[in-house]
Amino acid sequence: MSFLTNLISGLSLGSVYAIIALGYTMVYGISKMLNFAHGDVIMVGGYVSFILNMYVGMNGWLALLIAMVVCTVLGILIERLAYRPLRGTGSLAVLITAIGVSYFLQNSALLIWGANPRVFPSLFEGAKTIHAYNGQLSIAPASIFTIAANIVIMVILTLFVSKTKAGKAMRAVSEDNGAAQLMGINVNQSISLTFAIGSGLAAVAGVLMCSAYPILMPTTGAMPGIKAFTAAVFGGIGSIPGAMIGGLILGIIEIFSRAYISTELSDAIVFGCLIVVLLVKPTGLLGKKVHEKV
Amino acid sequence: MKNTFKKFAVIAMACMMVFALAACGGGGDSSSDSEGAGAGTLHIGGVGPLTGPAALYGTAVKNGAELAVKEINEANPDGVQIAWDMQDDEHDAEKSVNAYNKLVDDGMQVLVGTVTSAPCTAVAAEAYANRTFVLTPSASAAAVVEGNDNVYQLCFQDPQQGQIAADYIAENYPDAVVGAIYNNADNYSSGIYDAFKAEYETKGKTIAATEAFSDDANADFSAQLNSMKNAGVDFVFLPIYYTPASNIMKQASDMGYTPKYFGCDGFDGILALEGFDTSLAEGALLLTPFSADADDEATQAFVSAYQEAYGEKPIQFAADAYDCVYAVYNAFLETGLSTDASMEEICEALISQFNGGFSVKGLTASGEMKWESTGEVDKAPKIYLIQDGKYVEQ
Amino acid sequence: MAERLLKNISTRGLKKTAKKGMQYRKEAMISYAILFIGYAVLQIGAMTGIVGRNLQGQFVPICVYVSLAISLNLVVGISGELSLGHAGFMAVGAFTGIIVMRVLEQYITIVPVRLIIALLVAAFVASIAGFIIGIPILSLRGDYLAIVTLAFGEIVRNFMNVLHFALDDKGHLKFAFNHTIEGITNEQRIITGAIGATGVTKTATFTYAMLLTAFTLFIVLNLKNSKQGRAIMAIRDNRIAGESIGLDVKKYKLIAFVVSAALAGMAGCMFGQNYSTLAPVKFNFNTSVLILVFVVLGGIGNIWGGMIAAALLTILPEAFRQFADYRMLTYAIVLILVMICTYNPAIKARIQNIWKKINPLKRKKDEGKKDKKKKSGKEAE
Repeated sequence: MSFLTNLISGLSLGSVYAIIALGYTMVYGISKMLNFAHGDVIMVGGYVSFILNMYVGMNGWLALLIAMVVCTVLGILIERLAYRPLRGTGSLAVLITAIGVSYFLQNSALLIWGANPRVFPSLFEGAKTIHAYNGQLSIAPASIFTIAANIVIMVILTLFVSKTKAGKAMRAVSEDNGAAQLMGINVNQSISLTFAIGSGLAAVAGVLMCSAYPILMPTTGAMPGIKAFTAAVFGGIGSIPGAMIGGLILGIIEIFSRAYISTELSDAIVFGCLIVVLLVKPTGLLGKKVHEKV
Repeated sequence: MKNTFKKFAVIAMACMMVFALAACGGGGDSSSDSEGAGAGTLHIGGVGPLTGPAALYGTAVKNGAELAVKEINEANPDGVQIAWDMQDDEHDAEKSVNAYNKLVDDGMQVLVGTVTSAPCTAVAAEAYANRTFVLTPSASAAAVVEGNDNVYQLCFQDPQQGQIAADYIAENYPDAVVGAIYNNADNYSSGIYDAFKAEYETKGKTIAATEAFSDDANADFSAQLNSMKNAGVDFVFLPIYYTPASNIMKQASDMGYTPKYFGCDGFDGILALEGFDTSLAEGALLLTPFSADADDEATQAFVSAYQEAYGEKPIQFAADAYDCVYAVYNAFLETGLSTDASMEEICEALISQFNGGFSVKGLTASGEMKWESTGEVDKAPKIYLIQDGKYVEQ
Repeated sequence: MAERLLKNISTRGLKKTAKKGMQYRKEAMISYAILFIGYAVLQIGAMTGIVGRNLQGQFVPICVYVSLAISLNLVVGISGELSLGHAGFMAVGAFTGIIVMRVLEQYITIVPVRLIIALLVAAFVASIAGFIIGIPILSLRGDYLAIVTLAFGEIVRNFMNVLHFALDDKGHLKFAFNHTIEGITNEQRIITGAIGATGVTKTATFTYAMLLTAFTLFIVLNLKNSKQGRAIMAIRDNRIAGESIGLDVKKYKLIAFVVSAALAGMAGCMFGQNYSTLAPVKFNFNTSVLILVFVVLGGIGNIWGGMIAAALLTILPEAFRQFADYRMLTYAIVLILVMICTYNPAIKARIQNIWKKINPLKRKKDEGKKDKKKKSGKEAE
């Protein structure tokens, strides 16, 4: 039974990684940049939702919605002010700027909300943990909802990208920026939209993550950010289903290596698996092979 | 074109460098002013993490020390005044040494710090060579005082805590099946755990399950908790800070696992954690020198002053810092030195004070605190039980 | 077709080589000059007491970070691969160095000799680590390579958390994995898991660190200007073209990576010798990124630019101490603004214009240059 419990924990953790990884992967797909500030947007989402919930007394779900709006605006602003001036100057310059933005968000949060950690009120306060098999198997409501939310988000995003006009435009821009522009697609708008969606999802990820693991600090987003980035590469960066599969696998490996191998070395095992996967499939599990043209 | 730009960049960078140098060197002037008061001003410096993941501890120390300084200065308008300056070290040994050097540049005479162990070990070696008296509120590793005659600790040492905890558990809960979850990337936590394990095993007992995690407070602990549960552990020793501890308690209760918890001084603060459901910590024991719920007069006055000034309940770090400032101040007065004395003179005088049976009352000791010549503090440990959302002394 | 392509490359290559030779001399001159002037100014400043303790304490770390920036430039700038795990090699070097220094303490009493041996061993061990992690380079490119280096850095740190070394009564080195060593006094411990190394005797000085930086610079500049270096850069500029003229892409990339790792190991060793304690947490992702920031801010591939950026960005957070609570926020904003100002083409041009206007001396010189360019352009037509 402990196997099943661990599996569910793994899926739940993996779902959080997957939702964060979606943000990474979409942004990478369209602008070929590693947005290292993404993890900190999660933290901002968590804080906004916390403040609304605790101080304004807003319902948790409504707070989540507003947090999504705030993060969406924040994502668009970051892209506009920090990344757009550097578009087309090579991915490294933007990468460093993203790190600057990450420092900025963390330290702003420290100044605004202080250093003291907060305990995030779970979205599922009233819901009861399901116990089965004489207490051997227990499933937290947050786990079920996180896994479900992950699947729903995945499906909606896939449909959005393949069916709607805006989604198709996004795909076109990520495929060939110049050609898309020639076809009359507003590239700036498409990129802004991608950042908006990614950051909105970050708020969802923040609230879900904090519902399951309730500590909220200015540095809360840093480690999940790195792990989710790993997940995105694991699944093949730029691919939406890849991000989901990568996230889930990463979560399961992490929990299983803690449960069955060593809690001290679980991170090393996770990253070791990543290296092995990349050795076998150099572009990740579902990544497209890039053919070089002469 | 490109070349011009490069040249511009070089000159711009050079300008910035000059600015940076000027800023580094120029800080020294600020110390000599404000000597108006009759008996002069003692410059006490502090170093600790004010940014980064450990910022909460540094901030608490800063607040606690500021409160003590304010009280002392207001109570003795004609006596020796204190000038307090706290510098950020981001919980990093390298930055901590930089912060210490900056304080020395600015004319610091005594150091209250640093807050965290690894940076403090690095600073202690510098302070030893440079002869600065150091009293750390919270750097509890044994390495902090080892080989440094000028460094004293106000908190219990990690191994000391591990031993006390092991003795207490073995004596009071002889039938408990004990497990431990510790942070193996943190020297505070692994320091306590190692001593705990050694002491507990010399009592002829074994730890049923040991699990670790690394640093990330917001991790998933289900694997660790499952392992505890499967090993039949009903008494979990948590030599960790209250932030991950609250997370562990929440996740354990989510999976329907309710063992008894035993924490160390890092546990204090768990009840004041905003948004934390205190019923999860019900029945937990902790070994801490300070509790904000203690009903003695001094603690109550401190807690209400702290709450008024900073809008939150003080954690143990704040109380440690508060005591440190008083200890340094009283010891300094007893040396009879003037505030014009150099850092080195004060260092030697304070060392002989602390080694010569100097004692002080404080928030973090039930009686008086004294110091061994090794730098370790000699005070009685206190064990608290969390009952009805309050700390009750055992 | 292929013949023409080859011919094209080779003639272009020849012209480039001639030009590169000039460039190399200039680059080397500037780099060594920066190093020498920096050393002289700081040393004089320290002796006359103009430079405070705070800055003096940063001399060794500055040298170390400058070395790291130079060595990372070999991978990022010259070889054109993104590495996010440089701190991992630094960690390997630092801990190796600490162990070697402690073990040799009983045999060799002359500190510089011991330090040189420690540096060499650190370089050797780090280069082995570089070789092992360098193998995936053979099949990976771009951001996938970056993530492997990131993973490597995290794995190193994770392993450091469970490594224990100690020197027992007889002077034998003891090693334990994932548990503490029994029967050892605290003074005999060298590395204790997450607590890291404690009781390190500080042996690094500004002069040693500066010599190490000069050595690093010497190696990288010479490699850059060697046959191998030119091959590495040719592969960076056009991998397919490089392959087509028979360059062993994998071999050359591996050379750059391993040399860079070895140099980072040496820098780490020097860093470890500057503090009485060293915890594995120092070598986390943030440190790797910091070194990368030096390289990018200084201009990718520009060795002396990276050197200046490393020195500046090490001093800057200290200089910002006067901003108190807003220190790190200011640092973040400055970082973003500097990146935008140095990389955004429009802003760059505007700054250049303003600069020309306020600097009459330069203006004349530039105009002279432009005239020359125009003339040469016309002649060519």
